[in-house]
Parts: sequence; C-alpha cells; structure tokens
Amino acid sequence: MTAKPADQEVSLGMPQLPAPDYPADVRARLEADAREIIARYPDSRSALLPLLHLVQSEEGYVTRTGVRFCAELLDLTTAEVTAVSTFYSMYRRVPSGDYQVGVCTNTLCAVMGGDAIFDELKQHLGVGNSETTEDGKVTLEHIECNAACDFAPVVMVNWEFFDNQTPESAKRLVDDLRAGRPVEPTRGAPLCTYKETARMLAGFPDERPGAVGASGGAGPASLIGLRLAKGESPMPRVVSPRGEAPHDAPPQAGSEHLSSHDAPQETSASDPDHPAGPAAEEGE
Amino acid sequence: MTLSTEYGGTARPESGGETSPEKLLVPVLSAFWDEAESWTLDTYRRHDGYEGLRKALAMSPDDLIAYVKDSGLRGRGGAGFPTGMKWQFIPQGDGKPHYLVVNADESEPGTCKDIPLMFANPHSLIEGIVIACYAIRSNHAFIYLRGEVVPVLRRLHEAVREAYEAGFLGKDILGSGLDLELIVHAGAGAYICGEETALLDSLEGRRGQPRLRPPFPAVAGLYACPTVVNNVESIASVPAILHRGKDWFKSMGSEKSPGFTLYSLSGHVTNPGQYEAPLGITLRQLLDMSGGMRTGHRLKFWTPGGSSTPMFTDEHLDVPLDYEGVGAAGSMLGTKALQCFDETTCVVRAVTRWTEFYAHESCGKCTPCREGTYWLVQLLRDIEAGKGVMSDLDKLNDIADNINGKSFCALGDGAASPIFSSLKYFREEYEQHITGKGCPFDPARSTAWADKHLEVTA
Repeated sequence: MTAKPADQEVSLGMPQLPAPDYPADVRARLEADAREIIARYPDSRSALLPLLHLVQSEEGYVTRTGVRFCAELLDLTTAEVTAVSTFYSMYRRVPSGDYQVGVCTNTLCAVMGGDAIFDELKQHLGVGNSETTEDGKVTLEHIECNAACDFAPVVMVNWEFFDNQTPESAKRLVDDLRAGRPVEPTRGAPLCTYKETARMLAGFPDERPGAVGASGGAGPASLIGLRLAKGESPMPRVVSPRGEAPHDAPPQAGSEHLSSHDAPQETSASDPDHPAGPAAEEGE
Repeated sequence: MTLSTEYGGTARPESGGETSPEKLLVPVLSAFWDEAESWTLDTYRRHDGYEGLRKALAMSPDDLIAYVKDSGLRGRGGAGFPTGMKWQFIPQGDGKPHYLVVNADESEPGTCKDIPLMFANPHSLIEGIVIACYAIRSNHAFIYLRGEVVPVLRRLHEAVREAYEAGFLGKDILGSGLDLELIVHAGAGAYICGEETALLDSLEGRRGQPRLRPPFPAVAGLYACPTVVNNVESIASVPAILHRGKDWFKSMGSEKSPGFTLYSLSGHVTNPGQYEAPLGITLRQLLDMSGGMRTGHRLKFWTPGGSSTPMFTDEHLDVPLDYEGVGAAGSMLGTKALQCFDETTCVVRAVTRWTEFYAHESCGKCTPCREGTYWLVQLLRDIEAGKGVMSDLDKLNDIADNINGKSFCALGDGAASPIFSSLKYFREEYEQHITGKGCPFDPARSTAWADKHLEVTA
C-alpha cells in the first residue's frame, strides 16, 4: 500500500458520476455529528473545516463521498468543497496509515537534526515523503514548523509532540508503532489512531480518562525561564541540554531526552529517576 | 544601543549590566506552569484567576477600552499594534453583531510561545477573551487554533468546558448581563491563516486567502461584521493588567513598549525554552543568564522574531528586544522567536529552507509572491548545490525586491526578509558556494547530538 496518488489516469470523456452516499447507518451517525457542529456557528459554512475533519475521521481521508456529504449538509457544490479541502495540507487525498509520522524539516529543526532524522526514517521504513509502509501503519511526511522550536528536533505523530528526537529514538518510535506497542508522546496524550484524532479536530473532545492531563502541565523547555526566575539553578553549563544526556552526567532540568514512547527501555528519559518535573508525572 | 536610556522604564534591563535571572525575568503568564495541574480552573483560580474579569465587569466597556489603551499593551503576534486601539476601532451602536477572533494559528517558523501558553495555562486566554468581549460588546468569540497541535486542542476543549460550568462563559456572566459563546475552531494546516484576513476567510469555511484592506476587520471582518483579531499572548496578558493595574504593567519595559512578554530561545543554545521578561531585554542578557551558546561554539546569526524578521548577527547582541529597539536596528520584534544558529550552520541552507517554506505556504493569490517565491527557491537550490553563478546573487535581491511590499499580505514581505538580510551580512558565504561549487559546511556538525561524544569525556 505504498501510497502513490491512486487515480492518476486523466479522464477526457464523461464527467465522473456523483459519488455514492455513505451507508444509511453511517450517514445517520455522521449527520447527527455534523448538525451538532453546524449549530455552533452563526453561519453554517464556517462548519466546513470541522466537517472535513469529521469525514476524515470516518474514512481516514477526504473521499468523494465525504465531499458530497459536506456539500449536501452545507448547501454548497462539491466543487466549492473540493476547492477548500485541497487548500489545506491536513486533509488527505489518498488513503494513508494509522499513524502519520511528521518530521519537522523547517530550518531550525532541520539544522538541529530533523533532516538527518527524516533521511534515516525514509531508509529505515523504505518509503518516501507522504508514502505509507506496506503494513498500512505509518505514513511518513516532512512537516513545517510546529511551534516547538525549543524542543528541536521535533517529530509529530498524529499531531502529538515527540520532542528532542534523534535518529535512534525516531526509529524506535516507528518500530513501536508498527509493532503495536503503546507509545506515549512527550507532550500530549497516549496515541490514538489518525481517524480518532480527526474526530477531535472536528470539535469533539477527547473522552478518554486522563487524556487531558497526560504528560503534565508543561514540557521542560517551557519551564526553563520560570525556574531561573525562581532562583532554581537549571544546570551546569558544560553539558549539552539536549540530545541524549550522557548517562554519567548529572541529570538536569531541561536536558532530558524525553522519549516516553520508549518507556520500557532503561536508557530512555522516561526512567523514573529522571528529573523531568511535571512533564514526567503522567496520569496525575 | 543608544535607545536604551531614552524610554527609561524603571524595570528596563540595562544592557550588559544585570545578569541575575531573578531580577531580569518576570514570570506572569508562565508563573505557575510548573504546578502539577497548571491547566485547570482550580489552579488558575488559586493564582488569582478571573479576578481581572471581576474588575473589568465593574467598569463600563468604554472605560475598559481606555484602560487597556492606557496600559500601552501592544500586539504580541508580530506587528505590535496597540491592543486597546484595535478594540476602540469597533463601531458601537451599529446594530451588527461584533466578533472577537483569537489568532492561535501560531506557525511562523521559530515561534513557539502561544502553544506552550495555551497548553499550560489556557484559562488566562479564556479570561482575556471574556474581558475583551465585554469591552467590544461581542457575544461570540472564536479561538482559531492551528490544527496540528492536538494536545493544545484537548486542553482548550477542557478549559472552555470548565469555564462554561463555572459561569465564566454562557449566559449572564457573573451577573453582568454579558452573554458569550466561545468556539474552539481547529484549522487544517496553512501558514497563511495566521494572517488575520486569511484567517477570517478560513473561519468562514473558505480557502485561507488574504483580503485587500480596507475595509479593515474592525469594520468588515467575520461575516462582514466588526471584528477584532488578536493574538493569543496579547489577549492572555489582559487579565493581569486588570488585576495588577496598568501602572504595574507600565513599570516594566519602556514607555512605548511597556510590559512583559514571552521570549522563545531556540537553536544552538545551552538552554532553549521560554523566558518571560520585561520588553527590552537583550539577547546577550538572555544568553548570559541561561548558559549561553552550546559549549565551544559561538553565535553566528539569529532572528529576533521568527523567520520573517530580518536576521541579526553577533553585532546585535545588545539590541533591546522591544518594538523600537529592534526596529531601529533594521529588523522587527515580531514574535520574539529568538532562533540562534552557531558557526556550524550554513546560512545559505537556512535561507533556502525558509524560502521553500514561503513558496509552499504562499496562498497563490498574488503573483509577485506566488511566482517570486518559486523562482527564489530555484536559484537558492542551485546556489546551495554549487551550480550558481555570481549574477544569481543580484537576481535574488531583485526578485525579493519585486515581492516585498507588492502583495496583499505580509507573507511576501516575510519571504524577502531572509534574502535581503542574509545577503547583507553573509554575501561572502553565498559567493563561497558559487566559487567553491558547493556547500563548505558539514550539516552533521550542526545537529543537537553533534558534540555528544565530546561531552561524555568533558
């Protein structure tokens, strides 16, 4: 299922027939959700972006059926809906994996190692940009700046943060995802599938117990200034603050390689001895 | 900088002198991010949460606008427009609905302040929204959050739920007669939606493309109604101003750039992260207090406020990081995203990557930006690969000049900034790529783990 754009043939003859509708039960369920979303907005068309997330939560990408559904509910043409869905990079046009692994390769992350991580993952997974592994688990993408530059290099999985990554930690991450081992982000809640994530984006809160509080109040880098202002010494200056801190070095605030996805491994910063502060207190 | 004494605010850090973080930093928005459940309403109320709202509701809306205007609060999203003045522009008694839209589409490369703020302290934003809506007589507010940050979306959903439950949102808030509905709206991946008029089009369910102004959003914004669009940090700063007073706020920073703000340090520094300080602190002070550049390396170039603000070099370490100081030094304060790169970093590589970003994110509406960014990328890729010729450098400048100021929105200007500034400070490095037929830098030396083996033995 190495995903190349599925329908590449150029159609010169008859226009495509209208897309089929969802099965009746699916349609009824989605329509109830959609009506709830539409009711939140003063103008129904404002619900289009959430509805596109909603149809993505059903099929994993924006299908012709999904476009037809949005158009019918908002009294738009399918052309109008398609024009919008193709503008935004989060709407997929082809079936993809359960886990979207996005490596930030904008300048700062790229320089700090994002380029190396992306290259290693391409090789490790045997896929290129926007392609999916044979097992349908992982879709690899390079992404733009995700507002976590103080945690560079950053990898996002289904839009949860995996901070301060290395090529090794990223490879373990995708291996865990493909093996179905539980994976937890450094900031965010235990991973759910891409479809479940899309439902939250449509505007339906995550109902899983503990999901909101998972990974604590703030990541270590977010707390550096606060700790200094309180007179708490963050660390000696000689040791690197990022990457995998040498094991014989004293642990320091902000220095953790917080790869809680590899929690079972003693070498990871999810080791209970590490000093991550609130970020380590998952489930509190 | 000679500007430093002119504005004279009492708490303005003096260049080069004080390095004690206890004196230089002022955690306000970040004051309790280290608490176990910093994002909850309980924690927020333990730290005087929603007290600013009570004070605001005791004032008349016009007095409230005047108070925020007097505080001197300026927009934290990049342009620095006075927040109170934005509110004042909303016509009153026009019979139309008014809207507040919070721009939480933080996507400017290097910028990473609103995301941790909303993750750790979402109620400061919600309280600010209620205050702002009371001031501008709005009953409907939106948080337009970029879609790619699900952990933040989760916390906003929960915080809004808590606020409704506690009576800070909904009908007749705290008995004031104010009704307010607040919608958290997730975007879908488009940098351009951080531009306020593109954001409004996107929120209306359209492609996010900027509108020609005038009319400005204050007159014809969301659904062609009067609309205030404010950055997250601007709005979140309002409750503290109300609670602790405008004089307290003005005691920090300078006369024209008063108050506190979040500085985001990233890149080849010992301690990247968020540093909340009075406006006007310098990068030298921030580096001195936080451990400096990574060991054994020196600062080469940095951005004061994201990739769209012209880059600085080590000559600019003492520039006061406020609106006037950075402007006088030839750049913009922007989002205070201090991306620091050391001598291992190739400036051509950095600029090429930023330019690829602008080309990718150009919405396509204006020809100079759509075509210009495309051609900049072609030239830069050739130069980086050692296939450039000397005349390409003037061509880069020329294309950037044909983008800058010639598009509807600032994306085009932002794309030109790294080109102009890097050619100004590092033209020799571009020339080396051309004469040496390739990049003289080893990207492996720039990575976060490059010096790891050295540190083990250190």
